[in-house]
Amino acid sequence: MTTPVLSVSNLTTSFLTEGVWRPVVRNVSFDVAPRETVAIVGESGSGKSVTALSIMRLVPEMNGKVEGKVVLAGTELTSLPEHRMKKIRGNEVAMIFQEPMTSLNPVLTIGFQIAEALIGHQGMSRREAEAETIRLLEKVRIPAAKSRFNEYPHRFSGGMRQRVMIAMALACKPKLLIADEPTTALDVTIQAQILDLIKVLQDEEGMSVLFITHDMGVVAEIADRTIVMFNGEQVEKGQTEDIFARPQHPYTRALLSAVPRLGSMEGHKRPMRFPVVDTKTGLSDVPTEVPDTVAAAERPVLEVSNLTTRFDIRSGLFSSVTGRVHAVENVSFSLLAGETLAVVGESGCGKSTTGRSILRLVEPNSGSVVVDGQDVIGMDQNALREARKRMQIIFQDPFASLNPRINVGQAIAEPLMAHRMCSAAEGRERVADLLRRVGLQPDMAVRYPHEFSGGQRQRICIARALSVGPKLIVADEAVSALDVSIKAQVINLMLDLQVSLRLAYLFISHDIAVVERVAHRVAVMYLGEIVEIGPREAVFGNPQHPYTRKLMSAVPIPDPARRGTKRGISNDEIRSPVRAPDYVPPVRQYREVSPGHMVQIWGPEWEEKAPAIVRAA
Amino acid sequence: MATTTAGAAAPRVRSRKGPIAWVRRNPTITVGAAILLVLVVLAAIAPMIAEDPLSFEPSNRLKRPSETFWFGTDQFGRDVYSRVVYGTRISLAVGISVAVVATFVGLVIGVLCGFYKRVDAIVMRIMDGLMSIPSILLAIALITLMKASLTIVIIAISIPEIPRVVRLVRSVVLSVREMPYIEAAVAAGTRNLVIMYRHILPNTLAPLIVQATYVCASAILTEAGLSFLGAGTPPEIPSWGNIISLGRTFFQISPWIIFFPGVCLAITVLAINLVGDGLRDTLDPRIARRM
Repeated sequence: MTTPVLSVSNLTTSFLTEGVWRPVVRNVSFDVAPRETVAIVGESGSGKSVTALSIMRLVPEMNGKVEGKVVLAGTELTSLPEHRMKKIRGNEVAMIFQEPMTSLNPVLTIGFQIAEALIGHQGMSRREAEAETIRLLEKVRIPAAKSRFNEYPHRFSGGMRQRVMIAMALACKPKLLIADEPTTALDVTIQAQILDLIKVLQDEEGMSVLFITHDMGVVAEIADRTIVMFNGEQVEKGQTEDIFARPQHPYTRALLSAVPRLGSMEGHKRPMRFPVVDTKTGLSDVPTEVPDTVAAAERPVLEVSNLTTRFDIRSGLFSSVTGRVHAVENVSFSLLAGETLAVVGESGCGKSTTGRSILRLVEPNSGSVVVDGQDVIGMDQNALREARKRMQIIFQDPFASLNPRINVGQAIAEPLMAHRMCSAAEGRERVADLLRRVGLQPDMAVRYPHEFSGGQRQRICIARALSVGPKLIVADEAVSALDVSIKAQVINLMLDLQVSLRLAYLFISHDIAVVERVAHRVAVMYLGEIVEIGPREAVFGNPQHPYTRKLMSAVPIPDPARRGTKRGISNDEIRSPVRAPDYVPPVRQYREVSPGHMVQIWGPEWEEKAPAIVRAA
Repeated sequence: MATTTAGAAAPRVRSRKGPIAWVRRNPTITVGAAILLVLVVLAAIAPMIAEDPLSFEPSNRLKRPSETFWFGTDQFGRDVYSRVVYGTRISLAVGISVAVVATFVGLVIGVLCGFYKRVDAIVMRIMDGLMSIPSILLAIALITLMKASLTIVIIAISIPEIPRVVRLVRSVVLSVREMPYIEAAVAAGTRNLVIMYRHILPNTLAPLIVQATYVCASAILTEAGLSFLGAGTPPEIPSWGNIISLGRTFFQISPWIIFFPGVCLAITVLAINLVGDGLRDTLDPRIARRM
């Protein structure tokens, strides 16, 4: 074996909390060979990011200490004086982070920021640095690099900013690139572009990559070797193919079993529970298909027709309307009792606004929403309050959707009290019952939200939604913020509740692999419109609309064997739903592909384009 | 991925406990509160430690500070010490009353403005209008319209303070209103008034208490200023401003008449501001670090 670029041995990082040194990374050892990609994968709190920070010596010296050896191309980093370490950062090792929105200074132009780094690190003159900057921007495939040199970061989308960050990282031709969740904040099609870009650049520059992520799909896509971390320890390391094919450690098995795989539901008609794996023994139960819950003969719980929600953008002295966000445009669908309709799409496609318009948390402009036989749109405030007993919502962020000053029991009882549905004593009884129902202990009612983990909080939010006995639950990215294994548990809970309470779910999500697992039917949204809707099997098995296909091909598949078998990914950005005030949306026609499977008839804008990621000459 | 605890008011585990450790961590608040406590006690027991502030003895005019007249006497032979002690009552009463009135009215208006966009559009223009008039001028105008009395002075000083409180409360309400838990409460069917009381009000309290101390300090200064100009409390009431105002003419031959009330005024305002700063640091450590 050749000498590794990076060799980490017995790395232990501790933080001082309340006067005690607590190790958060214990005895981690690994090598990164030249031109190799190594992924560190783990859930929140597993210590994967701290490992990266320890290598860069970015752990605060006041309350953090790093022990062990980190050797970068023959230099021992842990004992290096700070001024020499500064030279290594950026020159030998470069780092890119999760948040492309905050990593760039908003008051300086993109070109200036990259050129600064070149002048500072490589001692170039300004003219040389500017020429080099344009070359770098071209290298990361930013279209019209020259003209974008003088633009400010707010003119760039999230994906483009991440490209700029990569350009900056490449500026000094580092031997090693550390990428800390670089695609987590991006949409799935943009994620695919950035992953491709990193791979291409790695070949071109001959650098090694240390890739930190929580997403097994991304790992399968990009890593040569993988390290699985759990509670600060590395539980397993090896070739990526081996880890996916023959996971040894029980935790790895549990993690992999909780990862949904797009395409794994072929041949199953109904949603399937996730297998539950014991993290100690590694033994798994057999996942089962849920029983048939859909009440096909009854009137749908939710009927939406021609729903349209637009937001005016006002500016100028007299706040005149200068544009309009067409968030939801002419959307129609229905949802039966016991059925799950998933609404999928990327950011800005209007899926969340659709859910919130149905509950009238935002006021739709036109259309009708009929819940349980009653028109919601025409209701006055009192009738609407009454109607909200039948429809509830679960939000994405389990930390922000509970008031930190109110204890869990009161939070769950809030809808009950709002509707004066029971006395305080009965309320306590009901809260205890609901807590048990969502898999928590009744005595937890007196505790406050900060004492719970993300998954537990989401269970509390589910209990709160269930308290008034709703028929429809809008789950707005309800599991997106959770770790993989927690996500699987919460989804299992939601499936169980659907069976016992015959709930109808409007499951809003950007995660197509999860949707495939839980949905009976799927609606794909793009720029405020439904472009394809139908039974899950039909839409995913036989996708018709070009956007559906593009979306599906961008989903990383957690199976290294299928790496690189997908078709090329274009360089397009997601278009904006902001239109001129006088914009009249085109009238759309749908055609039926198979029973219930409707596809919007698309125009010339969707005709095949050549894949735009072209290797640099 | 680091777990964020945004918005969670997690009670921090403190390594040291007990009142002594608390005092050591919050020296500003302790000093300020101690001075204030002394002033409050002095005001409360004024009749026991001071003579009648109104009784005059022409034979004792303009006496220097001595063992009988600790702070000297004024041009009517009144004991400055007694007047200053009684003046503490007036200043503290004005300061505290204005703080209570202005914060309470400001809180109600601010929450309504932050919550209802239509109310906001109208009421905030009125507040802008109020803020564009210098507060002393506005107070003088209000006092001249009515018969001068302590109550009128308190109301006149409160009104110019209200817009500042409204702006503060409104900004907090506007940011809290966007939290998902408010939306969750709306979706649960909770009435608007209940949402304001249960979810929004508690979030405004911490900055509001801090603001109230500043309002209190500024009200004491404004009252002294008004009295000095002769537009404040009626001249027979021994407020610090009135004492200074009367002593102004004899400033060069008997400076003690204005020196002692002036020092008291400065100490009181300083103490209140210290308490305010201390409260700000303990209630919102993030702001403290930024400043």
